[in-house]
Amino acid sequence: MTQEKLVEIKNLKQHFKTGRNSVVKAVDGLNFSIYKGETFGLVGESGCGKSTTGRSIIRLYNATDGEVLFNGENVHGKKNREQLKKFNREMQMIFQDPYASLNPRMKVVDIIAEGMDIHGLKGDVKARRAKVEELLETVGLNKEHANRYPHEFSGGQRQRIGIARALAVDPSFVIADEPISALDVSIQAQVVNLLKKLQEEKGLTYLFIAHDLSMVKYISDRIGVMYFGKMVELADADELYRNPIHPYTQSLLSAIPLPDPIYERSRERFTYNPNDHDTSEEPEFREVRPDHWVLCTTKEFENYQKEYSTVTE
Amino acid sequence: MDNLLEVKNMHVSFDTYGGEVQAVRGVNFSVKKGETLAIVGESGSGKSVTTKALMKLIPMPPGRIKEGEILFEGRDLAKLSEKEMQKIRGKDISMIFQDPMTSLNPTMKVGNQIMEGLIKHQKMSKAQAKKRVMELLELVGIPDAESRIKQYPHQFSGGMRQRVVVAIALACNPKLLIADEPTTALDVTIQAQIIELMKDIQKKTDSATIFITHDLGVVANVADRVAVMYAGKIVEIGTVDDVFYNPKHPYTWGLLGSMPSLESEVAELYAIPGSPPDLLNPPKGDAFASRNEFAMQIDKEQEPPLFKVSDTHYAATWLLHEHAPDIDPPEAIKKRVAAMATNSGKGDRS
Repeated sequence: MTQEKLVEIKNLKQHFKTGRNSVVKAVDGLNFSIYKGETFGLVGESGCGKSTTGRSIIRLYNATDGEVLFNGENVHGKKNREQLKKFNREMQMIFQDPYASLNPRMKVVDIIAEGMDIHGLKGDVKARRAKVEELLETVGLNKEHANRYPHEFSGGQRQRIGIARALAVDPSFVIADEPISALDVSIQAQVVNLLKKLQEEKGLTYLFIAHDLSMVKYISDRIGVMYFGKMVELADADELYRNPIHPYTQSLLSAIPLPDPIYERSRERFTYNPNDHDTSEEPEFREVRPDHWVLCTTKEFENYQKEYSTVTE
Repeated sequence: MDNLLEVKNMHVSFDTYGGEVQAVRGVNFSVKKGETLAIVGESGSGKSVTTKALMKLIPMPPGRIKEGEILFEGRDLAKLSEKEMQKIRGKDISMIFQDPMTSLNPTMKVGNQIMEGLIKHQKMSKAQAKKRVMELLELVGIPDAESRIKQYPHQFSGGMRQRVVVAIALACNPKLLIADEPTTALDVTIQAQIIELMKDIQKKTDSATIFITHDLGVVANVADRVAVMYAGKIVEIGTVDDVFYNPKHPYTWGLLGSMPSLESEVAELYAIPGSPPDLLNPPKGDAFASRNEFAMQIDKEQEPPLFKVSDTHYAATWLLHEHAPDIDPPEAIKKRVAAMATNSGKGDRS
């Protein structure tokens, strides 16, 4: 893959004030890049800041500190309307809850076309209609569905509408925040296949946020693991699953139940104890193996390198 | 061993303005002492309605148990009055609900919520009940019980709240525990903890469990036997090994195929096309026929009975009829089963 950076996140911080003297550091100093055409998976338990990261990247929150560079330009900071619009068109989001993310009083055609209206892409009424119908067919719905309201659809179909809406303005980068968590297993597979197909056809770049690790492994090229607002490990999807280095990643992987009874009977779960770390210095993000980054101290870094240098694959 | 619970030909319907919704259309299953039966299926397949009907927790009207028997230790629960049911609920059969955020009373201290059942069913005094509550909290792994019982649910995290719900369910040593998606709302690590806890407690108390979920990974972990439900019917039932290593129903193939495995690299997930049927007007013949790529003419005309695969394994598909053509499961499923068989020998992922 050509390693052209589409999104670069530099020291991103997102703090929320929760009282006079208390601050929640939801995201605390995040650094990573997303390459053009790849799917970047972001995993972690609830409350680790993965959704906040997604929302900060698309500027639904104003970042406390740090930069988000999109094609080399900062998303945050002072912007006039035109500049903002440009970003909003390039970046779109698919939300978790297909029931809450569609306006119940709008027809599907207006929901999908809203973005096009705002960005002045619609042309005349006929062209607008045609574009919506084309989008509906792309995501596997019928063009007759355009005149219906969201409540007439099932969860999986609604998520398809959400995807069509995101694609309406021809974005290059899509943030999918737990797009399948609220769906049934069989429907999940349909939506994931659709996302993959669209990526191939349109050359999209995804940030895929989820806690379902097996699905993330399946869809992602690279995966970042977050724990309490910090990224603790970042590697290629296969590499991460084969050689998880950070103890938190290991515990997360050991907790995934697999549909295999014999394996399940012998599965052993690790528990992660954040106090086990070397506390002599602030941990830093270091490259333990080629393209495999882990948050660790100098001492841990040496140990990890010794331990994993022999693993070839 | 004797069956603790036996459900015979149960039908549950809801009367709506649109007509009669046949949510459960004739299910048969039994649960033995100390056993875990998992019920899997999509939303709307009737798995929750089935278990709610066992406890008679469905609102009647509009719901009603149209037909069938629910034999619990030989007594037919379907015929009991509400008053008699109240003596059984929470005592002999208790339930863990999906959402720990909504199944606790936010205005009541946690300790009192656990005590409620003890005082009502076991006729304990307050002091006795309190002692038992402390034991229970220790059992479910909530530290510092003395001060925790004076707190309200909002002061607990999701995983801790679910532990409280488990404690309430276990308070009176039920013979049968029904867990309706107890871990769906939780993180993987917390999910693993709760499941380990439930298994551990089951071993200690020798109770039976009905576990409802749509996560096949969880099923593989907890279940002794599995029932796969589709459109209000059980389409396949057998031991976990039967259902995971030798699935016979095309719907089970679809469910297994739609989960990505960590090892195998597949270009596309096997997705079941379409969506479940409308149970207001259940289709004629096999309800799965319209989504089934192996459907034959007969599937559209007549419902398949449960065919016997082995003594423990049954599946309702015409593919098992002696005159049906031999159809192999899709490649993806075969590969997956083969991969599972080789992997499980190693016992780890590397």
